[in-house]
Amino acid sequence: MSIKSGVVVFPGSNRERDMLSALEKITGKKPAYIWHADTELPDLDLVVLCGGFSYGDYLRTGAIAARGHIMPAVAKAADKGVRILGICNGFQILCEAGLLPGVLMRNAGLKFVCKEVKLEVANADTDFTRKYKRGEVWRCPVAHGDGNYFADAETLKRLEGEGRVGLRYAEGTNPNGSQNDIAGILNERGNVFGMMPHPENMIEPLNGATDGRALFESIVEAVA
Amino acid sequence: MIPNDIRITPELVAEHGLKPDEYQRILDLIGREPTLTELGIFSAMWNEHCSYKSSKKWLRTLPTTGPRVICGPGENAGVVDIGDGQAIIFKMESHNHPSYIEPHQGAATGVGGILRDVFTMGARPIAALNALRFGEPDHPRTRHIVSGVVAGIGGYGNSFGVPTVGGEVNFDPSYNGNCLVNAFAAGLADADKIFYSEAKGVGLPIVYLGSKTGRDGIHGATMASAEFGEDSEEKRPTVQIGDPFSEKLLLEACLELMASGAVIAIQDMGAAGLTCSAVEMGAKGDLGVELDLDKVPCREEGMTAYEMMLSESQERMLMVLDPAREKDAEAIFVKWGLDFAIIGKTTDDLRFRIRQHGEVMADLPIKELGDQAPEYDRPFVKTAKPAPLAPADVPAPNDIGEALTKMLGLPDMCSRRWVWEQYDHLIQGNTAIGPGGDAAVVRIGEGPKGLAFTLDVTPRYCAADPQEGGKQAVAECWRNLTAVGAEPLAITDNLNFGNPEKPEIMGQFVGCIEGIGEACRALDFPVVSGNVSLYNETNGKGILPTPAIGAVGLLPDIAVRTTIAFKAAGEAIILVGETKGHLGQSIFMRDIAGKPDTSAPPPVDLAVERRNGDFIRTEIRSRNLTAVHDLSDGGAFVGVAEMAMAGGIGAVLKPDTALPLHVWGFAEDQARYLVTLPENAATAFLDRAAKAGVPAARIGATGGTELTLDGAKPISLKAIKDVHEGWLPAYMAAGAEL
Repeated sequence: MSIKSGVVVFPGSNRERDMLSALEKITGKKPAYIWHADTELPDLDLVVLCGGFSYGDYLRTGAIAARGHIMPAVAKAADKGVRILGICNGFQILCEAGLLPGVLMRNAGLKFVCKEVKLEVANADTDFTRKYKRGEVWRCPVAHGDGNYFADAETLKRLEGEGRVGLRYAEGTNPNGSQNDIAGILNERGNVFGMMPHPENMIEPLNGATDGRALFESIVEAVA
Repeated sequence: MIPNDIRITPELVAEHGLKPDEYQRILDLIGREPTLTELGIFSAMWNEHCSYKSSKKWLRTLPTTGPRVICGPGENAGVVDIGDGQAIIFKMESHNHPSYIEPHQGAATGVGGILRDVFTMGARPIAALNALRFGEPDHPRTRHIVSGVVAGIGGYGNSFGVPTVGGEVNFDPSYNGNCLVNAFAAGLADADKIFYSEAKGVGLPIVYLGSKTGRDGIHGATMASAEFGEDSEEKRPTVQIGDPFSEKLLLEACLELMASGAVIAIQDMGAAGLTCSAVEMGAKGDLGVELDLDKVPCREEGMTAYEMMLSESQERMLMVLDPAREKDAEAIFVKWGLDFAIIGKTTDDLRFRIRQHGEVMADLPIKELGDQAPEYDRPFVKTAKPAPLAPADVPAPNDIGEALTKMLGLPDMCSRRWVWEQYDHLIQGNTAIGPGGDAAVVRIGEGPKGLAFTLDVTPRYCAADPQEGGKQAVAECWRNLTAVGAEPLAITDNLNFGNPEKPEIMGQFVGCIEGIGEACRALDFPVVSGNVSLYNETNGKGILPTPAIGAVGLLPDIAVRTTIAFKAAGEAIILVGETKGHLGQSIFMRDIAGKPDTSAPPPVDLAVERRNGDFIRTEIRSRNLTAVHDLSDGGAFVGVAEMAMAGGIGAVLKPDTALPLHVWGFAEDQARYLVTLPENAATAFLDRAAKAGVPAARIGATGGTELTLDGAKPISLKAIKDVHEGWLPAYMAAGAEL
């Protein structure tokens, strides 16, 4: 079983190699490398916007990339139901592009933070978390300066009410001050998921644990 | 040649950091008065930072070759063969002066510079480390500098996308007016695809790549070659501004261009920018260089030749290109959104000729600019050899547990988590051992091989006895690498000292170099790259001699590695190496006994170091050991406490020693390691140690949630962990409230 995946690379993306390698290890198939200046996507089951500092994050994080040449194609794919995964800077880009609600603000501690946190599966009935159990707590690293999720009260209420909070920071490990300890959210349709932590850096024994694999395996299973 | 509209006066010469006899040398060399641009070029090439004029004589004494060395000092970085057609390329470089003036940008561009040194040679950076030295915590500037430097290093490395996996942080009053920021980077390349700076071929295009040239950093290298006075704030414009985003693009574009086969020679623009890079490429290749400044991409209008030649704007490269591949090369840079401009060509007349608006602004002999820079044999007075401290002279503390707890919370001894959590140490997904261990370990590609990295020096040892201190710095690095199971390969040195024109400072320098050289020879640990930073003085007061060593080791199988953390309760703790009770220059003397200490640092016996280390490495590779930690600052008690805190498992110690317990536990004797292994394997291990002639003794066992030091009142792990983890965050938070 294998799926066709691809990673979008913007100027300043810097976890594209981590993601390409993780996808290849887990799906068994070489993912496509998608250049930001292209305007069309190849035929894919999963499009990943990877971590990094696109355009240096010199404006709001993700703001410039969200208006990149490739983004209309990403939005079109999302409309067609293709799974879109945004990790870290990718999550920020999805929010800026309007594919996910809310924004990622500067960390509450005002510092970049790289550490391992605990994630609780708030909803295991999604294409991105189905291989976990609801309430399961897993280990995952974060590495970001702007991961403080914020949305207005009404949006937040909808996210919570519709089960669109997929992952939450658990056991007091919220590293950035996110509302409701939100670590990852879904769009309305459930095919676009954004999260700040880096499951792609938690997939083999060398990483200290393999807890991140199930996230990618969930997508593989959902596609199949 | 344009006539000078500014007269070259002795004052102007002095402002350029050139001594009267050095100016005379220029006059003799070119047979006329230099233009202002030429004076600037000479000042850029002949300053201490670029010319190594005070240190060259001594650097030549260091061992720089070995069976694995592909390229030693003299290029952008050192290159070492790691087998399977791969090479590791690494170097450490200081950015001390700029980081004191503007901590964030100074440190950021230090990281940028060292990363560029590595990828200029064709390597993709896989690890960064940094050795930081700050003033005493109570000094009013210290917090500001710590916070700026750490944010600057993180901001650059995190955005660029290299894991920052280790380093050192120290506090000492001697750095009050002169912090040290030593940045290390290592990159991976194919051993047969290394790129050098030596230009080859006449009439070939010289290409400018990367960011545009602005007015920042003019005279940075000259500034870094002088002492600070009260006016250091005024030197802020000499600090460059870093742009990690452009650097990441430059990395990708350069590696892509190199893979295309179009690059003949390449040199990054670091200190003294365009001047230094162009002169080095030409002089190394016995070629002249002609540049047309009208073609240089500039950030601002109306820049003079003088400004363009001395700008230290970041994220720029100079390249000699295969002319047949010009179009392909340009396409790659356009794709990455970077400037690409042919700004000159190589010539056969050995002249460095600069034109602007059709006029010749400079016309100088290129070899003499580089090779024939002045070189000094500066007078020196060696530091007098101090006498060792007799253990009997050191009274016991009232409560050993209390002393240890206090020690674990000292500025120099506490956890550096507050620092390294601001660094992305996980990116690239290959970090096997991150910050906080003896050495960092990073997997090579998909493995099974791995590389180990460490930085070390103990400045207080170097101050008391430069030669032993120099030896110790190298030996400790060697030990750090050994403790994770790596075979030590080679080092880079970053020699930070005060004003070399003072004979006693020069004596420290000479002593340290002698010690480093001796240790490198004895341990087959060649120096493949390095950097010298002198004039680290403010108002006439020099820093502690700080020859920081960066070292790299190889693990044939990354699965076979050890960490410091206790792994299980009920395991035997064994101390390997001999404890004579050496407390001279120890942390105990400085911070617990609080007595002025003019005694000798622990002596380093390199043969013993090698014997003990080789034994440990063999044991690790036979998978006999569950945890390993080499001993240094604070001795065995601190070592055990660190292993216990890392593993969340306590220990009971009962050493069999004739020494008083505090002497045994806090002594900083060298060549020692703590190891753990299952209790039922301890006897066989001790037998093997005896056979190898290595002293080893069981000193206790792991277990529980407390640390019990031979009958003294037990201390809870949680309590020491709170103290150990608490100091730095509390210190930095206190500053935020001011």
